[in-house]
Amino acid sequence: MDIPVADTLEDCVKTPLYDVHVTKAGRMVPFGGYALPVHYAEGIMAEHVWTRQHAGLFDVSHMGQVTLSGAGADVALEALLPGEIIGLTENRIRYSLFLDKHGGILDDLMVTRRADDLFLVVNGAVKHADIAHMRAHLEPKNIIVTYMDNHALMALQGPEAAVALTRLAPLCASLKFMQAGAMTVAGVECWVSRSGYTGEDGFEISVPAEQAATLAEKLLAEPEVKCIGLGARDSLRLEAGLPLYGHDITTQYNPVEADLSFAISKRRKTGKGFPGADKIMDQLLNGAPSKRIGLKLDGRQPVREGAIVYKGDEPVGVVTSGGFSPTLQQPVAMAYVTADCSADGTQLDIEVRGRKLQATVSPMPFVPHKYFR
Amino acid sequence: MLKFTKDHEWIAVDGDIATIGITNFAQKALGDVVFIELPPIGKALAAHADAAVVESVKAASDVYAPVSGTVTETNEALVADSSLVNSAPHTTGWFFKLKLSDPKELNSLMDQAAYDSYLKTL
Repeated sequence: MDIPVADTLEDCVKTPLYDVHVTKAGRMVPFGGYALPVHYAEGIMAEHVWTRQHAGLFDVSHMGQVTLSGAGADVALEALLPGEIIGLTENRIRYSLFLDKHGGILDDLMVTRRADDLFLVVNGAVKHADIAHMRAHLEPKNIIVTYMDNHALMALQGPEAAVALTRLAPLCASLKFMQAGAMTVAGVECWVSRSGYTGEDGFEISVPAEQAATLAEKLLAEPEVKCIGLGARDSLRLEAGLPLYGHDITTQYNPVEADLSFAISKRRKTGKGFPGADKIMDQLLNGAPSKRIGLKLDGRQPVREGAIVYKGDEPVGVVTSGGFSPTLQQPVAMAYVTADCSADGTQLDIEVRGRKLQATVSPMPFVPHKYFR
Repeated sequence: MLKFTKDHEWIAVDGDIATIGITNFAQKALGDVVFIELPPIGKALAAHADAAVVESVKAASDVYAPVSGTVTETNEALVADSSLVNSAPHTTGWFFKLKLSDPKELNSLMDQAAYDSYLKTL
């Protein structure tokens, strides 16, 4: 049989938590140029379930942590994305999208206003492109873009994340979803955000690289916390209906097609001062030709990225993410389909190896979000 | 007689009927298996032909026929509970049975000692 074989790990960058992963028997794989664990000893399914019931610790140090400083950084950043940044108050987080001139999605990101700068977290695969994009296009040129590659990033996610973290960082209990603040975690100065990529309550912790491993060990010593790999990170975010950059969102799609219209802030809709605004506003009012939707499948056979979606004999779309939902115990997927096939309840077929599997357009998230608001 | 392929299938031969499954090494590499597609009974398979598909939480993987033959039986218990591949890959987690078309093909496969040595090289 063909076992998925990893490319060489030797050329990969080790994150500050590499030794922790190896100690915990992480199965290390190359991922976007980094050596990261796809799972640990118990496997993806057990890690997924643990995170939904308790708390999981994820190494997301491959993601790009970037600060923007200098007067007018908020005004400048707004020219590159459709979110309200000027009106973002201190220690609040906004989800947004870098757009190209056609409105295509260059990346999705989190923006936090801090006392002295804007703190951005962008996707690892495109972080250098994002940084180049900002350096080229942020006006005026006095804005300083700093790549914080001397920091690790970890996510603590799950219904017991707050219980565990509060023991090490009592201040974290004062944060609500999409709020952030500076605080010490087990004595280490960190930047803590109440956010994540699993649909659960939880935190993302930015920590100086040299203290990251010690902090991870302290978090893992809490009884609620286990380390969780990339495999469960993907199945958790899929259940939560959260798009994966490079797969579910790319420059091929704009925010309306990607069903991320919520990221177009109210004030920005009238100003139109963001890339691709004419096309995006037209689609917002009149509908987009295709749309990102959720699909639940009958049976147990998962579908994967690239599978063609049919309405009867007519191809109407393509799967961009798919897998087996451990929570629902059935296959789920995200796909782009033509607008006339995008209503919840629409019966579609997905072709896998010459056979067609029945699927139903279903609202996302597939598993309800449990954010702390 | 028990033989192994470099692709981590095992084949247990009894007369001219062989039972085929995947090894413990393979199931560990795949992770949690959620779906298995087995070949139809009566299908003639060439050696190395795609015979079955294993879908784990990670990915889809093909299982090849170690030797040529005709499918005589498939493991319905495995279709009903695909986690048998993870819990018992060498026993109740077998995939399908073949009536061998050329038993001499077995000579090109590894025995247990050779497979164990091969695993150490991976």
